[in-house]
Amino acid sequence: MTTTALHPRLQDIADEFNAIPGAERLQLLLEFSRDLPSLPARYAEHPDLLEPVPECQTPLFLAVEVDQDAIVRLFFDAPQESPTTRGFAGILHAGLDGLSTEEVLATPGEFSSQLGLQDMVSPLRLRGMAAMLARIKRQIREQQR
Amino acid sequence: MALPYDSAAKFAEYAHPEMVVTTEWVSRHLDDPDLVVAESDEDVLLYETGHVPGAVKLDWHTELNDPVTRDYVDGARFARLMSQKGISRDTTLVLYGDRNNWWAAYALWVCSLFGHPDLRLMDGGRAKWIAEGRPLSTDTPQRPRGIYPVIDRDDQQIRAFQHQVLDHLGKPLIDVRSPGEYTGELLHMPDYPQEGALRGGHIPGARSVPWSRAAAEDATFRIRAELEAIYQGEAGLRPNDDVVVYCRIGERSSHTWFVLHHLLGYPNVRNYDGSWTEWGNTVRAPITRGEKP
Repeated sequence: MTTTALHPRLQDIADEFNAIPGAERLQLLLEFSRDLPSLPARYAEHPDLLEPVPECQTPLFLAVEVDQDAIVRLFFDAPQESPTTRGFAGILHAGLDGLSTEEVLATPGEFSSQLGLQDMVSPLRLRGMAAMLARIKRQIREQQR
Repeated sequence: MALPYDSAAKFAEYAHPEMVVTTEWVSRHLDDPDLVVAESDEDVLLYETGHVPGAVKLDWHTELNDPVTRDYVDGARFARLMSQKGISRDTTLVLYGDRNNWWAAYALWVCSLFGHPDLRLMDGGRAKWIAEGRPLSTDTPQRPRGIYPVIDRDDQQIRAFQHQVLDHLGKPLIDVRSPGEYTGELLHMPDYPQEGALRGGHIPGARSVPWSRAAAEDATFRIRAELEAIYQGEAGLRPNDDVVVYCRIGERSSHTWFVLHHLLGYPNVRNYDGSWTEWGNTVRAPITRGEKP
């Protein structure tokens, strides 16, 4: 298994999670869910532009934009009653939004396992986060063609 | 002292009306020291966003499962867990949660393995409580420690293991997963590997009744006549049938177990918690593909 270093922004988030005891990690995840920005009008009014992520146990939709400077913008939509899924989306948004395509593509697929949440969140949910990342990367590659 | 039953007319039709209470009943009894209300959700953060005032959190993933072996906690762990939550053996324990009480029914089923004497589900769960504008709290409840004896888990009555399901083939089985999981097509979506099972389909002979059909729009259980139309009319169950229910890991099927056993009164209903993640990965386990049982 090769380990790729995390981007400093993601590393900071991972460090933040790992520095606190288990029970507080859920509170931190809750903060990320609250901080997830809502969709801009161009997506809120056109939900068909968003890609569903069926691997998440609750509905999650995302969109990826790459601008001419190869900067990635991420957009997520998940219901308020799904704070865990929102929290994962919030982590990805806080960690990856505004990075370059190269930096996002270099994010290790198993990043979600570095947050110290395994004992609190079921593996299926963590896999949902990995699926979001995989779809983000796939969309970036498609847009690069 | 056990609390009085909820005398709601809808419940009187059910085989075991004492197993369900309304949100109104919970609201009236919240301050009763012999009652503990516990929230059990699919989303592990939902409780933290606000819960029924005084309710404790019961986490299916971290608290009811053995941390190493694929099994439920043993009697000692269960006793410790209950005591920590302020639950004693004679406490009336009312469970509720998100998604039509899916996980609450699962928690209730696990508590039933330990024979907790007074278990009830709050009809309509979290969604109904919120829809009715009832108060939510983010305070962590402080309850005195409960007194809970170590009770051996009884896996014989309401739980089925794979070898028992193999012996059961030919008798009634209900598959409560979504239609796509039942037919086996969900494992074949290109580029989107589904977790859990190498093979898709269902256990031969199993009838498909997605679990959520037992719930009405407002997340409450359907009335008895509607439930009978689904499980007896459509799925062909006959009174007193010996039934095994399953899903992917045994959670959704706990909901159907509750409906068949407690609401419709089937005496022998077992939940096969190994479910499809075990069956669909087992070498030579017989599988049927497609829409027919």
